Amino acid sequence: MTRLPSLLPRGPVPRPGTTGLVYLALAVLLALGAALVAARGGSLFTTATTVDLFTRSSLLGFLAIGQTLVILCRSLDLSVGYVAALSTVVAATTMAGDPSRILLGVGAALGLAGLIGLVNGLVVTGLRVNPFIATLGTGLVIKGYLDTNFQGPAGSVPAAFQALGYTRIGVLPVSTLVMLGAAVAAVVFLRRTRMGYHMYAVGGDAEVARLSGIRAGVPTVTAHVLCSVAAGTAGLLLAARFGTGSATVYGNGYELEAIAAVVLGGTYLLGGRGGVAGTLAGVFILATLDTVFNVLGVDPFVKDVLRGVIVIAAVAVYARGQHSRAAVRVRFPPGGAPPPAPGPDSGTGPAAPAQPLGGSR
Amino acid sequence: MTPTPSPGTRAPQDPPARSPWSALAAAGRGGTATVALLLALVFVVIATQNPSFFEGPPLMAFAKKAAPLVILAIGQYLVIVSGEFDLSVGSLVGAQVVVAARLIDGEESNTLPVIGLMLAFGLVVGLVNGLVTTLLRVPSIITTLGTMLILFGAVRYWTGGAPTGALSESFRVPGRGGIEGVPLLGQIPWALVVALVLAVAAVLLMRSPWGRTLVATGDNDLAAAFSGVRVWRVRTLAFVGSSLLATVAAVLIGGFAGVTAQVGEGLEFTAITAVVLGGVVLGGGRGTVLAAVLGALTVEALFTLFNQLYLPSTIQPSVQGLIIIAAVAYAARRGGLRLPERPRRRPDHPAEPELGTSRR
Amino acid sequence: MRVPRVLFAGAAGLTLMLTACTTDAPDDSPEGGGGAAGLTPDAEWFDREEFEAQLAQREATPEGPEDEPWMQAINPEWTDTSAFVHDSPGDATVCFSNASVSNPWRVTGFITMEQQVEALQEEGRIGEFRVSDAADDDNQQISDIQAFVDSGDCDAIIISPSTTATLTPAVETACESGVPVIVFDRGVNTDCMVTFIHPIGGYAFGADAAEFLVEELEPGSTVLALRILPGVDVLEHRWAAAQEVFGDSELEVLGYEFTEGDGARIKDLVSQHLQRGEVDGVWMDAGDGAVAALEAFEDAGQPYPVISGEDELSFMRMWKEEGLTAVAPVYSNFQWRTPVLAAGMILAGEEVPAEWVLPQEPVREDELDEYLERNADMPALHYAKFGGEDLPGYPEAWTER
Repeated sequence: MTRLPSLLPRGPVPRPGTTGLVYLALAVLLALGAALVAARGGSLFTTATTVDLFTRSSLLGFLAIGQTLVILCRSLDLSVGYVAALSTVVAATTMAGDPSRILLGVGAALGLAGLIGLVNGLVVTGLRVNPFIATLGTGLVIKGYLDTNFQGPAGSVPAAFQALGYTRIGVLPVSTLVMLGAAVAAVVFLRRTRMGYHMYAVGGDAEVARLSGIRAGVPTVTAHVLCSVAAGTAGLLLAARFGTGSATVYGNGYELEAIAAVVLGGTYLLGGRGGVAGTLAGVFILATLDTVFNVLGVDPFVKDVLRGVIVIAAVAVYARGQHSRAAVRVRFPPGGAPPPAPGPDSGTGPAAPAQPLGGSR
Repeated sequence: MTPTPSPGTRAPQDPPARSPWSALAAAGRGGTATVALLLALVFVVIATQNPSFFEGPPLMAFAKKAAPLVILAIGQYLVIVSGEFDLSVGSLVGAQVVVAARLIDGEESNTLPVIGLMLAFGLVVGLVNGLVTTLLRVPSIITTLGTMLILFGAVRYWTGGAPTGALSESFRVPGRGGIEGVPLLGQIPWALVVALVLAVAAVLLMRSPWGRTLVATGDNDLAAAFSGVRVWRVRTLAFVGSSLLATVAAVLIGGFAGVTAQVGEGLEFTAITAVVLGGVVLGGGRGTVLAAVLGALTVEALFTLFNQLYLPSTIQPSVQGLIIIAAVAYAARRGGLRLPERPRRRPDHPAEPELGTSRR
Repeated sequence: MRVPRVLFAGAAGLTLMLTACTTDAPDDSPEGGGGAAGLTPDAEWFDREEFEAQLAQREATPEGPEDEPWMQAINPEWTDTSAFVHDSPGDATVCFSNASVSNPWRVTGFITMEQQVEALQEEGRIGEFRVSDAADDDNQQISDIQAFVDSGDCDAIIISPSTTATLTPAVETACESGVPVIVFDRGVNTDCMVTFIHPIGGYAFGADAAEFLVEELEPGSTVLALRILPGVDVLEHRWAAAQEVFGDSELEVLGYEFTEGDGARIKDLVSQHLQRGEVDGVWMDAGDGAVAALEAFEDAGQPYPVISGEDELSFMRMWKEEGLTAVAPVYSNFQWRTPVLAAGMILAGEEVPAEWVLPQEPVREDELDEYLERNADMPALHYAKFGGEDLPGYPEAWTER
């Protein structure tokens, strides 16, 4: 999906690419899960489990879509869990149980989230603080604020807004529909808008992007703002499900789970490659795992072990598939993945950065 | 992301051999001095709040508490300076303490064998982190996030969710005991001795050829590879070092306070905070191990200070967050100002694709 | 070196600002010098009526079998459950949504519960027992409960909520499905469930601990409060009760510290307090890490304080060995048996109390030896009043957890 049709590289016939691989993995996982559950005499696709699967995916979906944008720009956001927690509290205290204040509450929560994203983006680009530290820092600042001012649940969400958390159409919860809508919007944004191209370009190679006239800071700051707004939306969903604001939800490790979903979806932690469609598959993989574990009654601690193994294994498989030819490694951002191999073998990456890259040489 | 300097300042053919020297020199000029100054400042403020802090015993108590973080910071430094991350150390410390309690189960005679086993376990975890990151090309943030989850879950599964057993008295000596009856100081904690020995060893190690290779690898692994460095081996050893040091820290932490279910939680982020507070740059290649040690002391001193100022503990994370952002922003600024003379010091690496292409 | 100075000044200024900010709100800051300001319970967490009711319940004689405290109930109002009677309870599925087993207290309790389930299954009083564990994630637990409801397989749903307010809508959904719902431990803001099982409560716990310190310490003595986390209602109630009791006493409360139950942190914080002055008493809102707190006194060469911990065994053993002046308030761990028993009773159509208040009695010095002896084979971090001695898996299930 991340292909920019108009700018396809003059490469060979495109391979299935990572996104294809991820959806294949999701299909295999679903089949495997169904088989395992069937072996126990159950069924994975009952209404209950399907609803469960979708519900689990919607929260993580929002967080992971936002995180994808940031990672595409070769940044990272570790503050999303805290932003979501803040958003539940702001929304619930603003609404204060009054249906006429729903819009105000949503606006306040998302506005504040966007503001935090702006701060994140500016600290990363303007002050040149490593995104890992910058967002960890803003996360800690928010944590301190929440712990000091909101001890325990605060505010209340009117019943009308709680519907977002509980209503469903058939087996599809409304929250999942909204999440899928956001995903489609993000796909379109990345594929069809100038800013979307620029995000890939900046993540692919900031220097080249700059040379080709893109102001490197703008896409990154935009990505951070959008990511925080997405996290804020996740917070709204939580508030709708809880019926109140809960400051302590930051303790659930959402940020790391979102990053795991993004890399499971085949997006490069180094930026410039991947996309929201893959992330969506990553989200569904994690949600499927959770649901299957739940149906099978797997010990919660074994769940952690299996998740750890699966995330590492999946990323290792992608790394092999993508870069069997490139034996080089980059220095940073985090980790040992090799640099994007430019040119023909860019299976999933958009070609936008590839051309100025070639030109600059 | 990070704005890049103008291309004119870039010297594409920078010889890789220069990097360790320039890194050391840069740190000598700026990073270490800055964090030392910050530490001194925090100590001065502590002294104004609590004049008796420097009267020996309180200082030794501080050293005893700070030693594990110092050791973790040294380990984290090795990994960070080589251009990677180790998020698994907190989980590893927790796992090691819980495993130790369960296997020792209060029997003095089990102490040494179990410590040996813990070191072996640390070695295995480090090898797995390192090899998965280098050979399987999984980004280290994901690798160590995975091992963090695996260790967390596996140990709890094994112990049914809460630690069982007990540590022996002799196991607790390094973390709790010390050389008694020293004039003025009272007790010199073994933890301080261990941390000092490891810190000196680490400084010497970083001056050895291997240490320089490690920094060079973090600075520019491609250049290092060209000059004959086996990058995967250097980095794997850094991970092994981090895991082994985390094991030592686990012995000290378990010794200091015994077993609780929460032991080790969040230590990975504290260790990374300590290292970056020391001016060590995430991404590798810059900063000294001494600065990382001072960074760890600063973090502990700050916690002490917060406490002495009667700062509500709930607001401490906010202050901590602002301080690390400020510290890194300051380091980035310094790096930025010096860019003309240190051309390759950029978080982005536009040179790589070029080199990568030329390599094929 | 101009830049760093600016930075330092900024950081220092900021620190001061933040400190200043918080001193504006008197209830937020631990009072360094003690005094009344820090000892007024936060209105959000203090309900005087409930506080006094709990103190009174401590004196009440519970109904029920003498030697089975998990079946006793204080001032019960019995509810008819004949609507939920099951034709063959031996085939009935009981579903349990657990908040987590993330601390030793919950681990001990959950083992007891599993053993109780086995016993009931053998008697044919309940059938399959399904558990889902939310790992302390509220949203996950909402999904878990939803999944139970949607599956339609559950004949009774037991819920141990992870947070009071946030789980309320999910519990209401479960109630609406027509299946009997049993809530225990932490409560929810609804009374739609058939029965809500809990020991007397946090106020009684906090007051038991604080009253002991007031009794044992000379007026003017100093007390340090160690708390786990802010914002958890069962813990906040303990502290609110302690504030109330200390406020009426002549003890000087040095302040409170949040420790997250981490031994290293507790030991460090207590050591720091000891450097600055004497500490005569330690009040804890949960026993996790009580031993670490005591070790801080030992390592500083100071006499042990008067301390309130919990009925956790490593603390009780140290109490005995060192001859401490101590009390172990109890948040009755045996309450984990009651919900499954209640499920069995409901499926059989027997009456249950609408609010099932279990006794909650601290372990005092005179009972210390008895409880230590009864639990001699049990591991550290086990809770003395776990109440599983008569269950089939005793003692292996607990010793080899």
